[in-house]
Amino acid sequence: MPEPIIEIRNVIKRFGNLAAVDNVSLTIHKGEFFVLLGPSGCGKTTLLRMLAGFELPTEGQILIDGQNMSMVPPNKRPVNMVFQSYAVFPHMSVADNVGYGLRIARTPKSEIGDRVQEALSLVQLGGLGERMPDQLSGGQRQRVALARSLVMKPKVLLLDEPLSALDAKLRAQMQFELAEIQSKVGITFITVTHDQDEALSLADRIAVMNKGQIAQLATCSDIYEYPANRFVADFIGSVNIFEGRMVIDEPERAEIHCPELGRVYLNHGVTGPHGSNLWVAIRPEKITLCKPGQAAPKDSPEGTNHADGVIRGMSYLGDITIYEVELPSGRRIRVSRTNLSRFDQDDFTWDDPVSLHWHPTSPVTLLS
Amino acid sequence: MQDWKLSRRFFAAVASAPIAWLFLFFVLPMAIVWGYSFGRNVGLTEIEISGTFANYGKALEPLYLEIMLKSVVVAAITTAICFVVGFPVAMAIAFARDKWKPWLLLLIMLPFWTNLLIRTYALLFVLGGRGLVNSGIEHLYNGTSLVSQLLGFGAFDPYQPVQLLYNNFALILGLVYVHLPFMVLPLYAALDRLDKSLIEASLDLGAGHWKTITRIVIPMAMPGILSGLLITFVPALGAYLTPDLMGGTDSQMIANVIERQFKRANDWPFGAALSFLLLYATFILIALQALRSRKEARQ
Repeated sequence: MPEPIIEIRNVIKRFGNLAAVDNVSLTIHKGEFFVLLGPSGCGKTTLLRMLAGFELPTEGQILIDGQNMSMVPPNKRPVNMVFQSYAVFPHMSVADNVGYGLRIARTPKSEIGDRVQEALSLVQLGGLGERMPDQLSGGQRQRVALARSLVMKPKVLLLDEPLSALDAKLRAQMQFELAEIQSKVGITFITVTHDQDEALSLADRIAVMNKGQIAQLATCSDIYEYPANRFVADFIGSVNIFEGRMVIDEPERAEIHCPELGRVYLNHGVTGPHGSNLWVAIRPEKITLCKPGQAAPKDSPEGTNHADGVIRGMSYLGDITIYEVELPSGRRIRVSRTNLSRFDQDDFTWDDPVSLHWHPTSPVTLLS
Repeated sequence: MQDWKLSRRFFAAVASAPIAWLFLFFVLPMAIVWGYSFGRNVGLTEIEISGTFANYGKALEPLYLEIMLKSVVVAAITTAICFVVGFPVAMAIAFARDKWKPWLLLLIMLPFWTNLLIRTYALLFVLGGRGLVNSGIEHLYNGTSLVSQLLGFGAFDPYQPVQLLYNNFALILGLVYVHLPFMVLPLYAALDRLDKSLIEASLDLGAGHWKTITRIVIPMAMPGILSGLLITFVPALGAYLTPDLMGGTDSQMIANVIERQFKRANDWPFGAALSFLLLYATFILIALQALRSRKEARQ
């Protein structure tokens, strides 16, 4: 069993009548990279700020390393935070910024110097200790904020939207670096983000939040491949969702009738009452696009599910192309296709009739 | 916005009236007084501008230097007390809820909009021998005396009012009261601009509130603090009404001496010299502050 470092028990945070965090309970393990993901206003930042101590729960308890944090002010908590704005002190040099917490804690001078250098080289700012913050780029300022927190050797490091202010290239680089730093120092990282790519690339586990509640808590691939409900399926990645009714439900086989799509065949049973309404979610990359009549045969697994349509929209992204295919019902379905050769993207264009097929394991059934 | 250089005529039309006003009613009279400071009395109302420095020489005599020095000390103490009192007030307003801020600022501004003379007389009424403070204390005193009498310890001596007026205490209290808004407003402006996440970061790194204020808030708000100190110090240095009405015989400040030269002593040239010495001191302070802030802006 992994050891818990943070336990959040039935925490509610109200601002006036609004419950920003609405009865959240979760456990975060020692040493993991945990991501709180959700749209803006879902309560993720409030939850993070409650861990740091800047907000107090209206109800419920937060335990850090087994200790109840209800009466512990921010400056006495064994956690440190990297702020979204970085909050680097502009009137102090980089080294003074990083050493601030140690000076407050009255660490001996010689030790401060060593630990500051160590932290700066960890974030690859080794030679910049004498610089002032206004001589740094945004990415470097973030590294200062990171070093300033890491030097305190907290039990938990909190990061508020750590990559949101960086440009795309720097963001990709920082994603890998954050993961590397985390495995090097072994501290529990908790990150808040609204960016699903950021969440998937960083996290060991993700808690998807919606309207102050946890919509799903799982590993990255489980969140993507086994979303718990329509909100999670739709929020993470791109997805086609069809409403349907269960017509056959056996342990090894299920059939769902979707008015807009037709019959959807699954090679596994579905939990839920027979004849009940549910939703089928299919990711665009799990649908194969073919010329009419060239779809996989009905008796092969790939060809179990079939649909015909006409291409109504295309968006060429280089590595893949995303097609919008209009079904006979008029509903459009999104299909993505990897551009395997340098020429095959020419095969399909607007208004071409096409066939679609997908594997019986591809659709996900959702009850809510 | 368009550069005024691009439409000089429009600029001239708009600016000529205020410039003429400033010239006629500010620059010109000041120039005349400045001229007087190099003159001497010849007869009761006639002044001959002879280019003498005698008036400045007289101003540097120990008697006047002492009053000048005392004015600086009084203004400095006033400024220091205003800072100590005003800083927490400015902090409280800056960290109050947004919907409260305008009302709290109004509370600071309200006395500011009231006539200085009225405010000073109100303060005289509060502090006087039969004023609110003394009669309050008197009631307590008499009450205690009555209890003491009932308990058989005998009555106290009749109440002697505490001397709260016409001394240096009253002078400084009055000056602090009048100049507090000058301090609070620039401090508030500086603190309100402060990025609140810097304060949270300091707390997060283990600093308590006191250390956060001394190491983060005060250094960050330093430009506002310096302009608050200056804006309070300059009018306090030139205060006239408060020392005149609330101070004792030993509480004169330089402005009272200047006033006497123009009235009772009828020595306009000397009054002019004293005025301009005060003005030069103020200019130097403002210039230093301007230099400092320009240096800061360049960094």
